[in-house]
Amino acid sequence: MAYPKNYRYTKEHEWVNVENGLATIGITDYAQHELGDVVFVELPKPGTKIEAGKSFGTVESVKAVSEIYAPAAGEVIEANSELQKTPETINTDPHGAAWLIKVRLTNASELSGLMDAAAYEAYIAAKSTEASA
Amino acid sequence: MESAATPHKSELRKTPLNALHRRLGAKMVNFGGWDMPVEYPASGGLIAEHKAVRSGVGVFDVSHMGDIRIRAAGKPGGALAAVQHISMNDASKLAIGQAHYSAMLYPEGTFVDDVIVHRLGEDDYLLVINAGTREKDINWVSENTKGFACVVEDLSDAYTQLAIQGPRAIDVMKKLTDADLDSVKNYWFTHGTVCGLKNTLIARTGYTGEDGFEIYFPSDVPTSEKVWNQVMEAGREFGIIPCGLGCRNTLRLESKMALYEHEISDKINVWEAGLDRYCKMEKGDFVGRAALERARAAGLKRTLVGIEMIDRGIARDEYCCCSETGEAIGVVTSGSPSPTLGKNIALAYVPPVYSAVGTILYVEIRGQKCKAQVVPTPFYKRQKKTVAQQVS
Repeated sequence: MAYPKNYRYTKEHEWVNVENGLATIGITDYAQHELGDVVFVELPKPGTKIEAGKSFGTVESVKAVSEIYAPAAGEVIEANSELQKTPETINTDPHGAAWLIKVRLTNASELSGLMDAAAYEAYIAAKSTEASA
Repeated sequence: MESAATPHKSELRKTPLNALHRRLGAKMVNFGGWDMPVEYPASGGLIAEHKAVRSGVGVFDVSHMGDIRIRAAGKPGGALAAVQHISMNDASKLAIGQAHYSAMLYPEGTFVDDVIVHRLGEDDYLLVINAGTREKDINWVSENTKGFACVVEDLSDAYTQLAIQGPRAIDVMKKLTDADLDSVKNYWFTHGTVCGLKNTLIARTGYTGEDGFEIYFPSDVPTSEKVWNQVMEAGREFGIIPCGLGCRNTLRLESKMALYEHEISDKINVWEAGLDRYCKMEKGDFVGRAALERARAAGLKRTLVGIEMIDRGIARDEYCCCSETGEAIGVVTSGSPSPTLGKNIALAYVPPVYSAVGTILYVEIRGQKCKAQVVPTPFYKRQKKTVAQQVS
């Protein structure tokens, strides 16, 4: 699956797409693949303040629980409620329909340290080599 | 996102099928020091694998399991006496060709390991043990059988073991062997030619709660891969897929089969684990018996129950169980979504007062008290074939 060029990526495998100061956050295709069949998602309510580097929710597969970390501070404007009924969308469309939350960023410059698509692809390629060594 | 998977280490042990699993694109994990497939994304992943075993057939590489043979040395009866001494079920009741579930116990009445005991011959037994406890078990068996006229052999590395599991497993196996499988009942075994390999042990056993077979054959890589490929080829018409340890766990959990270091361990005794029917106190003395007598007289302090989540949330291994007032009462030993039932289920140790079916209790999930109730177990029980189905 291609990694959208306009997104930015974290080392913990979240993606961020900023449009007009509003950041949409999800987990990457690499992340969903590592997790396996996603069966449960827990997300913050609108109005929740999230902090950079802190967990704001969880995504669970049959066998594992994964914390999702905020790439920057801000206030949750919307959470993707569809995922409660159809968490498996995270496996099929992680970069699109399975976005997790939309956040009004406190300071968009906090995202400057994140990877672009090319850097993220190189990062996960290195991880796969490590795992099969 | 942070992965919960254990990092890979180069010193992990590998089964003879390791390279094949990697070629199939399996996701590998460290399981008790073994580099094992947890799921095969190419065959659809954990849930698809689980459903294949419940409705069709799947194949598992379980070569990491250990095998200990105990046979008579000279004087007949030495092996039986040794097996009776080190395990809690009554091996004197086994016919040649029959197997049973049992366990080896510490003098405290707690678990060294659980085990399947097969009676191979007149005074000849094969004990199949867990992967993570192999060395410990072998040392323990050697130590505790010293006074008996028997020979103990560790055959763990001699066999590749495949589990072919599911309602169609028998159809797959019939294409691969000349043995009369219809006459092999659940927990019995036979020997026959399988994939051209003479005298192969074929047991009607498994760890999925479904009908199925486990086969044991020489562990060299070419033979192991050849048999795997022939099983896959024979199973194609029945929709066979490779299955990993991920669904092995969800399948055994639905069927309430114990997993070492979870439902059973060196801290838990037989009565607590609810394995009374495999423990034959009247057979004579065995290691752990005296402690079990005392434990029975003292009464149960905790017992294993099945629970089902009522609130949203998945109970996971080691999560805390609490009462309505928030008082800690027990711990989850295994918890997962159940692919067959579509519910979130778990096994947990709680005081007997909380063990009645229908009892409400709570599981603490990331600081939240989530409501659950005690339900009957096993969570899933396979339908026995009707007479009409057997005839057709």
